[in-house]
Amino acid sequence: MHIVVCVKQVLDPELPASKFRLDSHIREVIPPEGIPLVINPFDAQAIEVALRLKEANGAKITALSVGDESAVDIVRHALSMGVDEGILVVRHLKDIDGFATAYILSQAIKKIGNYDCILCGREAADWDRQIVGSIIAEDLGVNLVTLAKDVKVVEGKLRVQRVIENGYQIFETVTPALITVSNEVGQPRLPSGYGIISAARKQILLWREKDIEVDSHKIEGLLERSKLVNIFTPTYERKCVIISGESLAEAAAKLAVKLMTEHN
Amino acid sequence: MMTNIKGYQNVLVHAEMHGEDLAPITRELLIIGRKLADGMGYQSVACLIIGSIAPGVAEKLFALGVDEIHQVNHPLLAEFHPDIYTQAVVKACQIVRPMVFLLGHTDLGSEIGPRVAARLGTNIFTSCIDIHAADNGKLPIYVRPVYGGKAIAEVVSSSCPQIATLRPKSTIAAPLDRSTDRSAEGKITTLAVELEDSLTGPKLVETMQEEHSGIKLEDARVIVCGGGGIGSADDFKVLRLLADVLGGVVGVTRVPCDEGWMHLSQEIGQTGKIVSPDLYIAIGVSGAPQHIAGCLGSKRIVAINRDPDAPIFRVSDFGIVGDYREILPILIEECKRASL
Repeated sequence: MHIVVCVKQVLDPELPASKFRLDSHIREVIPPEGIPLVINPFDAQAIEVALRLKEANGAKITALSVGDESAVDIVRHALSMGVDEGILVVRHLKDIDGFATAYILSQAIKKIGNYDCILCGREAADWDRQIVGSIIAEDLGVNLVTLAKDVKVVEGKLRVQRVIENGYQIFETVTPALITVSNEVGQPRLPSGYGIISAARKQILLWREKDIEVDSHKIEGLLERSKLVNIFTPTYERKCVIISGESLAEAAAKLAVKLMTEHN
Repeated sequence: MMTNIKGYQNVLVHAEMHGEDLAPITRELLIIGRKLADGMGYQSVACLIIGSIAPGVAEKLFALGVDEIHQVNHPLLAEFHPDIYTQAVVKACQIVRPMVFLLGHTDLGSEIGPRVAARLGTNIFTSCIDIHAADNGKLPIYVRPVYGGKAIAEVVSSSCPQIATLRPKSTIAAPLDRSTDRSAEGKITTLAVELEDSLTGPKLVETMQEEHSGIKLEDARVIVCGGGGIGSADDFKVLRLLADVLGGVVGVTRVPCDEGWMHLSQEIGQTGKIVSPDLYIAIGVSGAPQHIAGCLGSKRIVAINRDPDAPIFRVSDFGIVGDYREILPILIEECKRASL
């Protein structure tokens, strides 16, 4: 089985709000200096699912990304987790609606060929769009199951547990299929020492636009149809009244009075 | 001036059902849809119903200000399947040609929306918290949180039709104004479409739904939310006691889910539920943006945390700095006494 996992380089979502900087003039997020970009945590969970499939059934896993040359770091991170091969399509993208990204990834997947399963994280932690996986499935014309919390191979088919509100569904699909992975699969594994060493030795393929069959006019067209007109940091602040007293017990009693008078 | 590009016009709202009744998101979509239609110079708001129309639903939609219902019904729609549903929506959009098509950012809308957009050769803006007509009245501005809620982006598109999903509870469910010239009646148009059973598509084997006894998180008036600071699954008992006294339910942030202390269906935040209760009590919650994104609509937020610098205090109305283990027993007792 050959599994392709799509991965994206993002600003660390764990970065505290106080370190988050925006230049609203050029409408861009400015990553703080000295803090490296990371692999999208939802994509790391997709890798986790790929590795579990590999452990259970044997598989070759290819990590695929599109972005600036620096994104080679997150492809290497994927290798250090246990992924076999890494490919980066080097293309700077300021993609507002995600469709250009999906198109380039689809074309790269076509070039990779011979895939049985494509895994994507449920969303990227920067633009939170939750759409790229679905569009790739449409572009490639392969089966799609979204928000998987478990994927198994049963009699040559994929058996997918899909998360829904208050429960789950089981889907069965032939391959090739694209599956987006829910955050409910749990924590992705950390790279092992051996993984880091062997990943450092591996060559990551760098593809340019000309290496995959993409229509650059189409990319430009896709990039042009959406425009970011404004981006700002919301002010959610409320004026917080800190309730105190001689003791915590007294403060608690005061809070009780407030709650009960307001809510009855 | 009414916006009409390449024959695309008007606002079409996907009427999502919850059993035999309208899902709450449908009402919210209609509020946004009407506002948008007014801003873009359209007279009418239409709805799309996929499948059969349950008794009383059409009347409810008309009373909510819908002028026309487009219906797609087909034997293949009797049982829900995302592939068939996508086909039905795509074909309906090709016939109706709406300028804007709105869906809820629900299980259904977030699943169908991107696929419909891809097939129609247009784009989609997901999880919007507001959509309004630009000042020049031409095209909508889609307002959506990005970076886990750390920023808000406003985007426009030149593509037709324009598709967006609306995050539940983003809009205040004010009663729709029907006092003006809008009649409480409308028409139902059945769209004749052929659907194909996909023989090779994913097969739905089974659906497991846990029946939740008690109040749903999204409908609760009071939520007591525990974060990583709670410490263990067992410690959630005291939060449940407080919730019981206040007639509310217990929710959690992502950490207790990752740790396996609580079920994921109770998670509030970017990857969980969006809630807007009257009272939100955050206990041992640091206040990460992705969590805050899920509870900002709450009328009152109260924080209890040991760390006076925890970001949660900045979005709270009241707070106590201290260990919840000392505070909660007294708070529960005093609330009980006051409610007698």
